[in-house]
Amino acid sequence: MRIIVEVMPKEGILDPQGKAVQQALHQLGYGEVREVRVGRRIELEVDAGDPAEAVRSAEQMADTLLANENIERYQVHAVEETV
Amino acid sequence: MNWGVVVFPGSNCDDDAHDALARIFGQPVRMIWHRETSLGDLDAILLPGGFSYGDYLRGGAIARFSPVMEDVVRFARDGGVVIGICNGFQILTEAGLLPGALLRNRSLRFICRDQPVRVERHDTRFTNACDPGRVLHIPIAHNEGAYYLPGDQLARLEDRGAVVLRYCAPDGTVSGEHNPNGSVNNIAGIVNEAGNVLGMMPHPERCCDAAIGHTDGRLIFESVISSFVAA
Repeated sequence: MRIIVEVMPKEGILDPQGKAVQQALHQLGYGEVREVRVGRRIELEVDAGDPAEAVRSAEQMADTLLANENIERYQVHAVEETV
Repeated sequence: MNWGVVVFPGSNCDDDAHDALARIFGQPVRMIWHRETSLGDLDAILLPGGFSYGDYLRGGAIARFSPVMEDVVRFARDGGVVIGICNGFQILTEAGLLPGALLRNRSLRFICRDQPVRVERHDTRFTNACDPGRVLHIPIAHNEGAYYLPGDQLARLEDRGAVVLRYCAPDGTVSGEHNPNGSVNNIAGIVNEAGNVLGMMPHPERCCDAAIGHTDGRLIFESVISSFVAA
C-alpha cells in the first residue's frame, strides 16, 4: 500500500523558497499567481492490510520525524495500488 | 573538566571544536561517535556544526535519533552542560532540548562571513567572561539559520531572558538591517530554562586562534571552563 505524506510550511511562516518561485513565475508572465508555498511530498510503500491503520501509523511517523510541528503541518492519505 | 564532542556522519566542525578545546584551552576532549550509547564520565558535551545526514528532511532531524542522542538528552535533563553550534543548535531544537526551529535563510543564500553578535546575557555559564553588552565577532556559516518561534512562545522566551546572543551592527545596534538571515528578534543564540543548554548559530570554535583572525570565540569556552572552576 502506498501512503502519501504531504508536509507544508505553516501559515505565517516565512517561505522564502515559495517567494522566489513566485517571482520567477511573474517574470515568466504568470502575473495571476498571488502566492506560492513550497512543501514536500513523501511517499511510503508499506506492508499493511488496513488503510486506516496504515494512515494512523504514518501520522505517528509524521509527528515523530517527517514533520516539525513548530513550523510545518502535514496531511496523510492512502492510495490504493494500481497494478 | 572533561569534554565530549559528538561526531555525526556529516559533522564537519568536530575537528575545529576539538582543536579549540584541546590545543587552545588544554582541555581533555573525547570524540564520541554517534553510534555510542553512553557518554561516559563527562562534564560538557558539544554538538558541532556541519551537515549531519546531509541535512536530509530538515537540518538535525535525523541526527536527533542517532543512538548517542538518548544519553545526550538524559545528560542535559540531569543538568549537564551541552553546547550546540550551528547544526548542533538545529539538532538541539529537533530533540526538544531547546524551543523553536531554524528555517531557511530569508535570502535563500548560504551565508559565510564574520558576524557581530551582542551578548544579551553575561550572567550565564556560557557568557560570564563577557562584559555586559559586549559585541563579539564570530563567523556564521549556514543555510538554515533563521530562528523561529511562534509569537506567544517567543514572548515567553524573551520574558525569561533566554536570548543570549543577537545579531547586530559592529557598534552593537540591533535592528532588522543587521539581521543576516531573518531570525525573529535577531536571535543568534538561546539557553534553556535551567541554563545548562546553549544553542548558537555562530561558530566560536572558528575564532579561538589569533593566527587565523579574531579570538572572540574564546570567551564562550572560557566562560564554561571558569564556571566549572568556580563550582
